[in-house]
Amino acid sequence: MRSLPRTPWTRNRRLIRDSSLVWLASGVVGVSFGAISVAGGLPVWVPVVMSLVVYAGSAQFSAVGVLLAGGGPFAAAATGLLLNTRTAAFSLAVADLLGPGRAARLLGAHLVTDETVAFALAQPDPARRRAAFWISGLGLFAVWNAGVLAGALAGTALGDTAAYGLDAAFPAVLVALVLPALRKDAPLRRAAALGALLALAATPALPAGVPVLLALAGLIPYGRKEAAV
Amino acid sequence: MSASVAVILVLAVGTYAFRLVGPALHGRVELPARVQELLSAGAVVLLVALLATGALTEGGGFAGWARPAGVLVGAVLAWRRAPFAVVVLGAAVATAMLRAAGVA
Repeated sequence: MRSLPRTPWTRNRRLIRDSSLVWLASGVVGVSFGAISVAGGLPVWVPVVMSLVVYAGSAQFSAVGVLLAGGGPFAAAATGLLLNTRTAAFSLAVADLLGPGRAARLLGAHLVTDETVAFALAQPDPARRRAAFWISGLGLFAVWNAGVLAGALAGTALGDTAAYGLDAAFPAVLVALVLPALRKDAPLRRAAALGALLALAATPALPAGVPVLLALAGLIPYGRKEAAV
Repeated sequence: MSASVAVILVLAVGTYAFRLVGPALHGRVELPARVQELLSAGAVVLLVALLATGALTEGGGFAGWARPAGVLVGAVLAWRRAPFAVVVLGAAVATAMLRAAGVA
């Protein structure tokens, strides 16, 4: 058995093991999204349907936050859409993993999230990137929506989820997933550092979602360097 | 039509349109290898910006010390090539312990 460490099954098992932690953490965040929405006075179906058809955690939290704060539907939708503009860039980066076939591309597009893209891009070859995208994507969709439904039904009985430190788990997931790419590419490290600084500097001044897009300006020196080579 | 239905519809249609940009362009436009590489680099730059703002900020302001401290624990573990589970749980447990100790 020790001589067969690289079969597709052992590979997928490893992907499932690593993804399951992200699923678990997302499930709990989903529970808190459902609970917060219902506790704020929205009917149970609002967070549940929103999670199924929008399927974007940060945009859902902000849209419901704006709604509950009395910001009106236009401001709520605009905030969520601004946050989700980045998924256009992500869908371009993983476009080759979504086929083959129209149905798989249309379904795969709905599964494009920060975590799933990070998981896919962290894999070393196209076959594993594809497997990672679908395994982590389908699992995340199932767990996120189950969590939201459970939270919406449980309401406020859960207490403060901040006590579990889950808000630190998500940035840490991203660190673990982007580190291999950053380790071997110094120009990319500089581009990412510059982009992160721009995003952080802009965060207090600009609406949510825009600062992260500004980070793409960090690519300008990266692109020039590559062109010069 | 209630406000909630309008928000859900607009957000769902708009978000799905963003997500279709990649698959819609894929195969129609032949992207040069350098553009492909820039797209992957762009995704990493976006993810790093997300993790930086997610670790340090909340609602446009500072998120408090407990969260970035936990993320830092996770980052150090990841740098030392700890298994994925250890990185993620390490970050969450460090933040939870700091909060339990009264650090916001």
